[in-house]
Amino acid sequence: MENTHNTERHEYDVVVIGAGGAGLRAAIEARQQGKRTAIVCKSLFGKAHTVMAEGGAAAAMGNVNPDDNWMVHFRDTMRGGKFLNNWRMAELHAKEAPDRVWELEAWGALFDRTKDGKISQRNFGGHEYPRLAHVGDRTGLEMIRTLQQRVVALQQEDHETHGDYEAYIKVFAECTVTRLLKDGDRISGAFGYWRESGNFVLFDAPAVVLATGGIGKSYVVTSNSWEYTGDGHALALLAGANLINMEFIQFHPTGMVWPPSVRGILVTESVRGDGGVLRNSEGKRFMFDYIPEVFKHQYATTEEEADRWYTDQANNRRPPELLPRDEVARAINAEVKAGRGSPQGGVFLDVSTRLPAEEIKRRLPSMHHQFKELADVDITAEPMQVGPTCHYVMGGVEVDADTGAAAVPGLFAAGEVSGGMHGSNRLGGNSLSDLLVFGRRAGAGAAAYVDELAGRPKVLPEQVESARQEALAPLGRSGDNPYEVHHELQRTMNDLVGIIRKAEEVSEALQVVEKLKERVKMVGAAGSAVYNPGWHLAIDLRNMVLVSECVARAALMREESRGGHTRDDFPAMDPKWRRKLLLCSLGDGSAVKVEEKAQQQMRDDLITLFDRDELTKYLTDEEMAEFDGIAKS
Amino acid sequence: MSYKAKFKVWRGEGGEGRLEDFTVEVNEGEVVLDIIHRLQATQAPDLAVRWNCKAGKCGSCSMEINGKPRLGCMTRMSTFDEDETITVTPMRTFPVIKDLVTDVSYNYQKAREIPSFTPPAGVRPGEYRMKQVDVERSQEFRKCIECFMCNNVCHVIRDHEENKTNFSGPRFLMRIAELDMHPYDVADRQEAAQEEHGLGYCNITKCCTEVCPEHIKITDNALIPMKERVVDRKYDPLVWLGDKIFRRK
Repeated sequence: MENTHNTERHEYDVVVIGAGGAGLRAAIEARQQGKRTAIVCKSLFGKAHTVMAEGGAAAAMGNVNPDDNWMVHFRDTMRGGKFLNNWRMAELHAKEAPDRVWELEAWGALFDRTKDGKISQRNFGGHEYPRLAHVGDRTGLEMIRTLQQRVVALQQEDHETHGDYEAYIKVFAECTVTRLLKDGDRISGAFGYWRESGNFVLFDAPAVVLATGGIGKSYVVTSNSWEYTGDGHALALLAGANLINMEFIQFHPTGMVWPPSVRGILVTESVRGDGGVLRNSEGKRFMFDYIPEVFKHQYATTEEEADRWYTDQANNRRPPELLPRDEVARAINAEVKAGRGSPQGGVFLDVSTRLPAEEIKRRLPSMHHQFKELADVDITAEPMQVGPTCHYVMGGVEVDADTGAAAVPGLFAAGEVSGGMHGSNRLGGNSLSDLLVFGRRAGAGAAAYVDELAGRPKVLPEQVESARQEALAPLGRSGDNPYEVHHELQRTMNDLVGIIRKAEEVSEALQVVEKLKERVKMVGAAGSAVYNPGWHLAIDLRNMVLVSECVARAALMREESRGGHTRDDFPAMDPKWRRKLLLCSLGDGSAVKVEEKAQQQMRDDLITLFDRDELTKYLTDEEMAEFDGIAKS
Repeated sequence: MSYKAKFKVWRGEGGEGRLEDFTVEVNEGEVVLDIIHRLQATQAPDLAVRWNCKAGKCGSCSMEINGKPRLGCMTRMSTFDEDETITVTPMRTFPVIKDLVTDVSYNYQKAREIPSFTPPAGVRPGEYRMKQVDVERSQEFRKCIECFMCNNVCHVIRDHEENKTNFSGPRFLMRIAELDMHPYDVADRQEAAQEEHGLGYCNITKCCTEVCPEHIKITDNALIPMKERVVDRKYDPLVWLGDKIFRRK
């Protein structure tokens, strides 16, 4: 081990990479099951991207409308994902979300309340009933703080028992993992560096939980923070695991469009859930023109009906502003293209004429603050201008629904970095609950895996040395500026593999990505290893390019439009494609391979939760015949 | 709309450093953090700065801009004159790691010293019932994004390293208040606030409230009420008598 003499070494049972909602919930679970657990995160503890989530956590508690239950939530989730979802994940999610939300309350979270003192729930796109547990429009912050404080509570317990806060759970903050290590086909640890000092860290651990979030930093206009460089996606690929559904990227319909420096920053869907409406430059509520066939029966066709729905949901249909996000984003895109956009290239989102000023400030305090401070716009008095922004990747590591286990033994994934749960499009509010449900399951899965291991896999020195060389390489080079390479990648993905795609453009993007892949190998970072953002970016670029290649290759292959994948040259949804998942892997070399994989058939008791009429819009004739057989028996 | 601005940015590591001059492009609508990023991309690739959300929600990009603690992402360039030189320095109360990045571990240590939320035994998850008015007091404090600027500006520790051991700063005194006002918390927190976390050091100059980017009324709504709760208990004759008789802690 001479070559690794300045590499710290730590032994753990479970290493969780990422400290957002999924990572913290996974770590809490692993520690509660008695495992020595490390949490490794790129930012300070408590700063993860989850803090930016605004609207709430979807859980069918039925506090506001007692008709809500897991089956209704399950149906909404499958519809939102255009039936491409991993149905087992959607089932577990719908069933377990209420318990996960209540658990947060027992750990100190303070959600907004109903009149009878229960957790209040708000309306959101695609959810049939008010379902999102929330705290104003800062629910993600509440969640991350509660989980952070739960980790601290466990550390305090350990301090009582063992005299050491960090005996069983330790946070490695501002630490980046660059490689997973394997002994044969099994995970044996992870390798990374401290951002602060540039020193290397080696985790000797039989189980790794990826909870690294998404990939938005491959796009220029995004609501995602700098951390979202697809690290977990890339680490999984490089370790031999598979990614699924990478062609599906959610463009949130309402990002800020002005000023340019904040373009892409999220405007919560709660604005629409609480009554906000979308208008074009002609003052028209255009969403009525964009209700797709599959949702025709669930959405209001007149403004009068839509407005009545806010007070009487039993007798009216929902306003079309609350269609799933993919529909709304495409509609805004079309309005702007047709020349009916706002002066700064978006559309108008107006809540000022819909609610009294005080009510807006109470329900949407951070939106009020954000527009006031960043755009000089008072949302209680004038409309906002908004447009689509890259927000969420539905695709991710292919996992076992119950345990979060990836194809590589010892590797687990939860949250945005995993794939399947949301199918081709995620409903708002289903992310925070996803993090909790599957974070816990992945933590438990990792703990159980460690318990069953016969022998501890070994860390191989040559893998550590090559990881060290790889990480150090950009520091010694006087190559390309990493910031420029990054910008070119972002422009390419934004312009050519964005919200609306066509074969020629995606092919062109792939050519650019191929070239960037070579340039990434030659980027150089000036300065020392001490807190050097240029060096950090140079390392992250490997992941961003790899993940972008997956997105583009899968997008080129899927010749239909569904959820977060819209092909101009194949505008219709095709039931035959619903039966196929696209699976990305790294062959022996560094080229991404994409293969088709058959989608698992839904369990009988789940598929029969849907009306026949609805299923005909999604399933093939052959599948419908099978359904009729099941329904009969 | 674009112009060249003059910046002085603190650069250095390992206890040494100096202000470095930069001339840098500024465009309409930009904030100070945008300018720091432009410096990284064009002139100083290794300039260290913490940031995350760029929307005032995560509290990472705390810095001192012309001597005032601010979030870089929420400080618009339009608040300065075009010919004004803007000086950007790291938070003064915490040791500098490099450039604008400081070692804020003091805050995480203090967080760990406060006993966690303690619900009464026997209330199961899902059984909690609280009125909106009763949760609102603590909710205000839970808006905190942990930018640590209140602790940075607090004179008790800003230039008094020696007080750090006995003083948890506005952020964590507010955390104690938050728990004390939580409808379901049953732990006794008032004596510890005074004795272990240094509530008595606070002489309500409200500097913390002024710098809070979330506009939390730290002094009026957390610190003063906490002081009152502590005082009520200390000088309540019945409590005093009880203490004498039962030797209550």
